[in-house]
Amino acid sequence: MAEQAGDKPFLQFTNVKKTYDHRTLVVKNFNLDVAKGEFITLLGPSGSGKTTCLMMLAGFEDVTSGEILINGRSVTSIAPYARNIGMVFQQYALFPHMTIRENLAYPLKIRKKPKAEIRAKVDEYLALVELQAFGGRYPGQLSGGQRQRVALARALIFAPDIVLMDEPLGALDKKLREQMQFEIKRLHDQLGFTVIYVTHDQTEALTMSDRIAVFNNGIVQQCAPPHVLYERPANLFVADFIGESNKLKGVIASVGDDRVSVRLDDGAQVSTLKANCTEVGLPTTVSIRPEKLTFTDRLGSAGNQVKARYITRHYVGEYIRYHFETSDGTELVVKNMNDSSAPQFSANDEAVLAWLPQDSQALDRPDASATS
Amino acid sequence: MSKIPAYFGFWHRFGAWLLQVSSWLVLLFLILPILVIVPLSFNVEPFFSFTEGMLTLQPEAYSLRWYREIFNDPKWLLAIQNSFLIGILATVIATALGTCAAVGLARDDMPQRRFITALLLSPMIVPLIITAAGMFFFYSNLGLAGSYLGVILAHAALGTPFVIITVTATLTGFDYSLARAALNLGATPLRVFFDIIMPLIRPGVISGALFAFITSFDEVVVILFMAGPQQRTIPRQMFSGLREQINPSILAIATLLILVSIALLVTIELLRRRAERLRSAED
Repeated sequence: MAEQAGDKPFLQFTNVKKTYDHRTLVVKNFNLDVAKGEFITLLGPSGSGKTTCLMMLAGFEDVTSGEILINGRSVTSIAPYARNIGMVFQQYALFPHMTIRENLAYPLKIRKKPKAEIRAKVDEYLALVELQAFGGRYPGQLSGGQRQRVALARALIFAPDIVLMDEPLGALDKKLREQMQFEIKRLHDQLGFTVIYVTHDQTEALTMSDRIAVFNNGIVQQCAPPHVLYERPANLFVADFIGESNKLKGVIASVGDDRVSVRLDDGAQVSTLKANCTEVGLPTTVSIRPEKLTFTDRLGSAGNQVKARYITRHYVGEYIRYHFETSDGTELVVKNMNDSSAPQFSANDEAVLAWLPQDSQALDRPDASATS
Repeated sequence: MSKIPAYFGFWHRFGAWLLQVSSWLVLLFLILPILVIVPLSFNVEPFFSFTEGMLTLQPEAYSLRWYREIFNDPKWLLAIQNSFLIGILATVIATALGTCAAVGLARDDMPQRRFITALLLSPMIVPLIITAAGMFFFYSNLGLAGSYLGVILAHAALGTPFVIITVTATLTGFDYSLARAALNLGATPLRVFFDIIMPLIRPGVISGALFAFITSFDEVVVILFMAGPQQRTIPRQMFSGLREQINPSILAIATLLILVSIALLVTIELLRRRAERLRSAED
């Protein structure tokens, strides 16, 4: 992607705060630097402030305090129609009284482009989203997926600096959604625009983004590339929100350079990666992904071990989920590939589960995360 | 006619039959006084009642005499001209004002929305005679009584509430993300209004305009107070016709008015259907 001129980021949120009622902050202190051509996703549960950030960037909501800069220039005093930012709306927002061609031509008509150029551009973008045959139809005559492609083409056709997408695939069924994710990525690679994408669907975020900012309660919990977010979540909220986590409670027993040793509540001592919980005696949660947790015979003595009682298993197809319970009632899930090695258990069998220290992290306890 | 369910007993059936009969009677009661005017307006005699010849359907008992009379009388011609002039100009003003008001009142951040709505709709609710009397004194002080401008403004005030109501109805459920999308694509708020909002609320605007026109076209009370001899409209001319030169030319003009009203109502209904079709095509 294009390099930055100097060290100024292309798009910058600095200390952005937003309140609607002058009492509670919906966005508490948002900081984000975005490089040109980057695909950034704002991910979080509903009401976490991610859409508000998008609306402030588009100019539909005022910024309570802080700055939004594009190319080093503040946009907070620029009207929405002068920002040159494309947007794909959740419900498509296609103009029902205009044909698909007229919808696509609208931003160009406003910019007073010559007629021939408009016609060529509309043809080009209709081809880009593979809707050449539908130019003369009205939005009401298209399917959901087709409308979404028109909305995408309309947001791109005037070559905006930034394209915002507000849960654009939320109204589509699963198959179509996956197809559209692929489509959006293809166009992003092909055209190189900058994307700010809002979603609450973590798989969508993981598969599409260069970086993901995870929101909760108006605060960015972590902003990192997908693999970092998944493998090294910064706190328990992220570990829980992205993918699935086994959580074993304990207390920090000793602290090393990049490892900590944790005494679990059921007495076992385990070694894990150091994360945001680094003081001896602090309560902590050891977080292990279900696919990293396995049966002891696979790892030998290299791993951490914990005893558990077999409850049940769910046959998913490509893998099998085994449910266990430790002596203090903590539920543990093991994801095992559905191959010949998949073990058989009967109810209440005792088993020893194991994992490698580098596949787990000592994270905060939920009660401690309030201050993070 | 709705089907009578099979499980209905005798009294049930009788009740259902009674309901249908009484419904038809009510409809007849409403429409007959209007319908009876139409054949009478073709009466060859200067009477307000059916002659023997009319009842036996003899062609020579009917004529277009009263229609000819209207179109040869300068008083009637002036009244027709006045009705259309005042009606159209009042409609234009009422439509522009009513549409602006409805669009503003539909905004979430509009302060005192209920109070302002009530105020704007008051000409519809306050007895017309009171509005008319108030207008007369107010407009007299401004020197507008007995002038075209005064009558037009008064009728515009009466028509505006209808426009507000119909436009507000089309605006409920209006998808404001369309306006945002247009802003986002670079349209100024004024362009958003004319390119996006206006085409989508047009059915409401047009039917509001038609109601405003009918209001002015039928109106006689305000005219009695406000209009000078120069501003006599059709209803005003009929009013004096009833007192001075009683003959079926009033019935002829009434028949013409019925035709105009039917044409306008049909237009409104067609617009409503079109709007419904457009809306259902969206989902």
